[in-house]
Amino acid sequence: MDNLGIVLAITGAAVAALAAGCGSAVGVGIGGEAASGVISEDPSQFGKVLILQLLPGTQGIYGLLIAFITLTQIGVLGGDPNISTAKGAMYLAACLPMAIVGLFSAIKQGRTSVACIGLVAKRPDQFGKAMILPAMVETYAILALLVSILSIVGIGGMSI
Amino acid sequence: MAVVPMQRINICALKKDRKQILEALQRKGVIEICDVMKEGKVFHKDDVSDTASQLTKNIQTGQKALQVLDEYAPEKKPFLAFLNGRQEVTIEEYDLFRKIHPSASRIVKRLVTLDKMIQSDRAEITKNKLLLEAMEPWVSLDVPMDFEGTSSTSAFIGMLPNVWTEEKLVETMAEYGPVEAQIISVIGEQTCVFLLGLKKHKDKIFDLLRMNGFARPMNVSSESPAKQIESLRTEIQRLEDEIAKSIEEIEELAKNREMIQFFVDYETTREEKYEVINRLLQSEHTFVLTGYIPVTEIDTLKAFLEENFDVDIQLKDPSPKADVPVLLKNNSFARPLEGITEGFSSPNKEEIDPTSIMSVFYYMMFGLMFSDAGYGLLMVVVCGLILLKFKKMEDSWKKNITMFFYCGVATMFWGIMFSSYFGDVVDVVSTTFFGKTVSIPPLWFAPTSEPMRMLVFSMALGVVHLMTGLIMKFIQCVRNGKLMDGIYDAIFWFVLIISCVFVLMSSSMFMNIVGLTFILPSAVGNVASIIALISAVGIIVMSGRESKNKGKRIMKGMYNLYGITGYLSDVLSYSRLLALGLATGVIGTVINKMGSMAGSGVVKVIAFIIIFCVGHLLNFAINALGAYVHTNRLQYVEFFGKFYDGGGRKYMPFSTKTKYYKIKEN
Repeated sequence: MDNLGIVLAITGAAVAALAAGCGSAVGVGIGGEAASGVISEDPSQFGKVLILQLLPGTQGIYGLLIAFITLTQIGVLGGDPNISTAKGAMYLAACLPMAIVGLFSAIKQGRTSVACIGLVAKRPDQFGKAMILPAMVETYAILALLVSILSIVGIGGMSI
Repeated sequence: MAVVPMQRINICALKKDRKQILEALQRKGVIEICDVMKEGKVFHKDDVSDTASQLTKNIQTGQKALQVLDEYAPEKKPFLAFLNGRQEVTIEEYDLFRKIHPSASRIVKRLVTLDKMIQSDRAEITKNKLLLEAMEPWVSLDVPMDFEGTSSTSAFIGMLPNVWTEEKLVETMAEYGPVEAQIISVIGEQTCVFLLGLKKHKDKIFDLLRMNGFARPMNVSSESPAKQIESLRTEIQRLEDEIAKSIEEIEELAKNREMIQFFVDYETTREEKYEVINRLLQSEHTFVLTGYIPVTEIDTLKAFLEENFDVDIQLKDPSPKADVPVLLKNNSFARPLEGITEGFSSPNKEEIDPTSIMSVFYYMMFGLMFSDAGYGLLMVVVCGLILLKFKKMEDSWKKNITMFFYCGVATMFWGIMFSSYFGDVVDVVSTTFFGKTVSIPPLWFAPTSEPMRMLVFSMALGVVHLMTGLIMKFIQCVRNGKLMDGIYDAIFWFVLIISCVFVLMSSSMFMNIVGLTFILPSAVGNVASIIALISAVGIIVMSGRESKNKGKRIMKGMYNLYGITGYLSDVLSYSRLLALGLATGVIGTVINKMGSMAGSGVVKVIAFIIIFCVGHLLNFAINALGAYVHTNRLQYVEFFGKFYDGGGRKYMPFSTKTKYYKIKEN
């Protein structure tokens, strides 16, 4: 197979968008279930619980971001999509941190959000703290995003 | 610029002035009542909790009445009406309300009663409809349902499972004939039958019917089904009319909505006042009120009270042990962020208000994470217009919107620095529609093409932020007279971290990684390593100083030095400035690219505009949320973690906490 490189690279991009997106879907989903319960009791909390529900949504965006940077780098979106197998494999590897960390961190962040939605339901004045707790989980998704971005940009400059 | 100092105030006045004084204090809203003095022989507390609970009940009925109005006669509110703030009324108008109070109270009660009537009518209708449904299969039966037969016959009215015909029924009953069978109706798998047999066979027929699953209907009445159905229908109609009449009356009463809102506010104000009366110490002719007052308010209040009433006012500094409430006061630039500080916790007695220092970093970091000139401009314009248009906005809204205004300015600034205008819309539009690429060069550099440079900048900013935190800690220690603690716990760390940075900057390997071209001479590196070593030793020796045991003290110090890994992760945490900044920019680019790919000609322009608007709105929303949350996180976790514990109690003055009307001070 001559084109193995591009296959591997696109697999990487797809996996990043796929896994991180799935994670966020689960996270935002369970957040929404908890949020609707709170709203049924107290509709005025909508704004607050909506923000908490959305917090695990960022991983999906990061996954999209990685997928998009990869696609631009390998020339699928305009350019010359012809890269070596080694480079393709590297792109795949570079996408994995975001894919895997994104998947698990979004689910766990969703669960933290659920707990914090419960917190806001009982103590609406503690919203500031409730928002920070899920954001702590996201740190690791951000670190993974960083590694993925730096790797992908770095691979572009290599001549292998 | 900081925490407003508080004083303890004792006001002693005559009981005849109690109402006026309390109402004046409530309107001014500058004293937080506290009860520290104990009851004695002369002074004791009055129990007015009965009145207070009556008021609470009134407030609840008032709110219920407003809910009823909202349900049956909703008010059309203009868009963004909530930003208008509460309507202002004068003290005279407020006092006059006492005269209309009884009629307002009547209307409120009437509304609640009407609502209850509607509820019970609706329940009644449901019940009748169920009955009607049960009666409908029997409509063609022309005898009452409880008809038992004549002197020599017995009637059986009821339902049999499965579908039956008259012949089949007569055949089944042939043994005890003659019988007259009539099928009233067949509904699904149920047959309603009327069977007439001889009285002497009554029990036998009944047994036989029972074996076939015969069941008498419920709710038998002495009226014929047709009549019964008729009366049920009339009843339902009557109830519906009654509901309609009630709703009409509610709609009629809806013109009193403002009066009811005033009623709720009036009662809320009174409730608050009675709560205070409950805590006052009173003698036969005088009362004493104690509380905390911000020093800035003392003179005006004192002058006002002494001019109008016979009062004795005593002021003193609160004792060091007292639980003094905290009021923050900052300049207009930092004021919008007081809510952020209070969202963490108000500063305790030993701490300074971090809001003003934080504000610089807050706006800057928000801008860095959002970093798009287009989005920034949008924020500035929208928030600016709102601030201009709604002058009487409630304070909390005003704070938030002003905060986003400043955040927008910062976002615009960094967007221009990094050349991000709705992603890369200038390039895309010029290339796609005009065939010539025009791009605005960044004032500084473009993070998308030089991510490493941005990463280094983010972390450098992080080091500055953390070091500012350590300096704050030092200042706090000095203010509390613990100079040595400040040196051991803040300065040692400060020196250690800074010298570590110098050591790194003199190593060519590190500088290669981060892509910086200059390298500090190795002599600087050597000196810095010695300084770092000294401060590390200082931390080992001094940070465990509360332990008497020397060995334990050293062990504790070494463990604390291990905390340097915490600094490492703190600094790395600032990489989110890069990550979120890139996320905004790159997703914006994706949207522009998608927009430029669809169709051709006029369709292309329309498609681009639609995709541009929807896509950027989405990107704006999700990234504004991200920037807000993560700016807060950097302040709360990394910055506050260095020096700020909070735990102070927010200042809650005795004031009018109304919802609809604001009483204007003359």
